[in-house]
Amino acid sequence: MSDVFERVKKIVVENLDVEADKVTESASFIDDLGADSLDLVELVMAFEEEFNIEIPDDVQENIRTVGDAVTHIKAHVS
Amino acid sequence: MFDLSGRTALVTGASGGIGSAIAKALSEAGAKVALSGTREGVLEEVRSGLPGEGFVVTANLSDAESVDSLVSRAEEAAGSPLDILVANAGITRDKLLMQMKPEDFDDVMNVNLGSYYRLTKSVVRGMMKRRHGRIIGITSIVGVTGNPGQANYCASKAGMIGFTKALAQEVASRGITANCIAPGFIESPMTDVLPDAQKEALLGQIPSGKLGQGSDIASAAVYLASSEASYVTGQTLHVNGGMAMI
Repeated sequence: MSDVFERVKKIVVENLDVEADKVTESASFIDDLGADSLDLVELVMAFEEEFNIEIPDDVQENIRTVGDAVTHIKAHVS
Repeated sequence: MFDLSGRTALVTGASGGIGSAIAKALSEAGAKVALSGTREGVLEEVRSGLPGEGFVVTANLSDAESVDSLVSRAEEAAGSPLDILVANAGITRDKLLMQMKPEDFDDVMNVNLGSYYRLTKSVVRGMMKRRHGRIIGITSIVGVTGNPGQANYCASKAGMIGFTKALAQEVASRGITANCIAPGFIESPMTDVLPDAQKEALLGQIPSGKLGQGSDIASAAVYLASSEASYVTGQTLHVNGGMAMI
């Protein structure tokens, strides 16, 4: 399942145009990776596509760090 | 100029005078056009009159599910993602406020403004991904000036303008523009039946001295849908013969 983190990392690097070593589990999308709220919406769209899941709006609001995203995705990908 | 070849558009309320004129103009500019409305027979007629490819997708805008699925049904029918949304459908329930029932208000707000929210929400996702999109809301002069007997309609049309401005700010960085067109008095079956005296009085308020045509609105829509209008967003383009200058 560590593969989930690697896939998330790849998407984050591509979407936010940041260096890979900055994308750690504890990195905040907005505070550490320079995302704005619209970038976050787009990231979630990209995660939904990559993992073929649907992330409800109320969950999206709680995804603040890379780790949050990984945790949520792991919970929904069996 | 204003070439829409390779673009796909959805026009709601496409069976009406303004909607069908918009569909025709987009088609003439080269776009594939999905026509939505409730009257399938009339939509088929409009479709057969288009110079380019057209598709009929029926929808009842007072039914949330029907609206939510409309964008995906249009994209399926056209076989390509939507680049242009023209939200033109609307209803009136004209009454003086003192006689306006809650359902007269709710129905108009729901169909005119609620469906605009639903449609734009479902279309903007793909547009963001593709970094390109044109959202055009057909509002009305009365959304800015007011009109007695139409408090509900005026509120819904003014609502579209504010909504469009917020949306335009949210998605501008992704190559998506959102604008409104506000028609004045446009010649239609509705204005044809006005008594002569009333028509005279109406024309007296229009500096250009005549009613507008559906094609006047359609030309504005083609412009806003074009690449040439990429720096125009959050605006309301008034097409009214000078009746109100805002």
